Amino acid sequence: MNIIITKKDLEKINHYLREMISSSFAQSVLLIDRSGQLIAHHGDDLNVDIPALSALTAANFGATAEIAKILGEEEFTLLFHKGKSENVYFTSIGEHVIMVTLFDDKTSLGLIRLQINKISDGLSKIFAQIFEVKKPRRGIGISEEGEKV
Amino acid sequence: MPFINFSKDEIQCKIVYYGAGFCGKTTNLQYIFNRTRDDIKGKMVSIDTKGDRTLFFDFLSLNLGKIRGFDIRVQLYTVPGQVHYDATRKLVLKGVDGVVFVADSLKVQRKKNIESLINLAKNLAEKGISIRTIPLVIQYNKRDLDGTDSEILPIEVLEKDLNSMLKVPSFPASALKGEGVFETLREISKLVVKDVSRKIMLLDKQLR
Repeated sequence: MNIIITKKDLEKINHYLREMISSSFAQSVLLIDRSGQLIAHHGDDLNVDIPALSALTAANFGATAEIAKILGEEEFTLLFHKGKSENVYFTSIGEHVIMVTLFDDKTSLGLIRLQINKISDGLSKIFAQIFEVKKPRRGIGISEEGEKV
Repeated sequence: MPFINFSKDEIQCKIVYYGAGFCGKTTNLQYIFNRTRDDIKGKMVSIDTKGDRTLFFDFLSLNLGKIRGFDIRVQLYTVPGQVHYDATRKLVLKGVDGVVFVADSLKVQRKKNIESLINLAKNLAEKGISIRTIPLVIQYNKRDLDGTDSEILPIEVLEKDLNSMLKVPSFPASALKGEGVFETLREISKLVVKDVSRKIMLLDKQLR
């Protein structure tokens, strides 16, 4: 399965991420696919190794999904890690994507969750289209933007 | 599943080092990490047990440079080799684009190599991938033990055991000393990029 993200897709995704950052006061938001590849990042420049963070996030989510199965749950759709000053909130966006929100004590978990709920449906729809591989969409990143591999 | 980002002109691919316990998968990644320039590599992440056995995976991200205007980023993973970690091996294989099967040349490990290769084929098949079509390279590790007290199998025997049906590129290696490590990486990267290019051209045709 090939995953292709066009500029148009990314603009739509970034619009939601911008909205998330400005309304929730989170530091940074990342979108990662379930195999550990980074799709998009918005917010503060993180002084961390993002590919490593992405791989670990996907693994963390995958391991938790297996725990859910053992317990008879379909999936745990969110994870929250609290640190002294940094917190991380993981949410699944549809079937294939995980949203990672990094925030500190300038905001609250309640506000973060509220804002994620507001954008998750819109993002899920975009990704449902991106991951739909059986019917290729017109102009998937090739002729539309005049780009060609 | 290669990730093609047209906005950043970047292709991200996932390569998994597979093989039985103690065959040298982590040693391969460590050697690559130690011998690669800082500007093209990320941090090496290892989730292992206290006894240095891989518990979940090792991870290393590398930038291989540009091909046809695209930045090629490969993410190298290892799986835990021990038999009872099959669930985590399946998780690591999610979205895999290419596999390096690391075989242990030690005679006593002969059966375990075969079992691990069968396990790979089974786990790939569960994801709808055939071991015969995915980019695959076999590495015969621990060749440096030749001539020591540890008895190792000749390459011909290993080829017959593991590669007589698959007929994929194979390399003798010593992950500890570095022999064959970059040759293996170069070959699997080449195969994966070729496979990705073929898929992109196919998609291009479909859309026209």
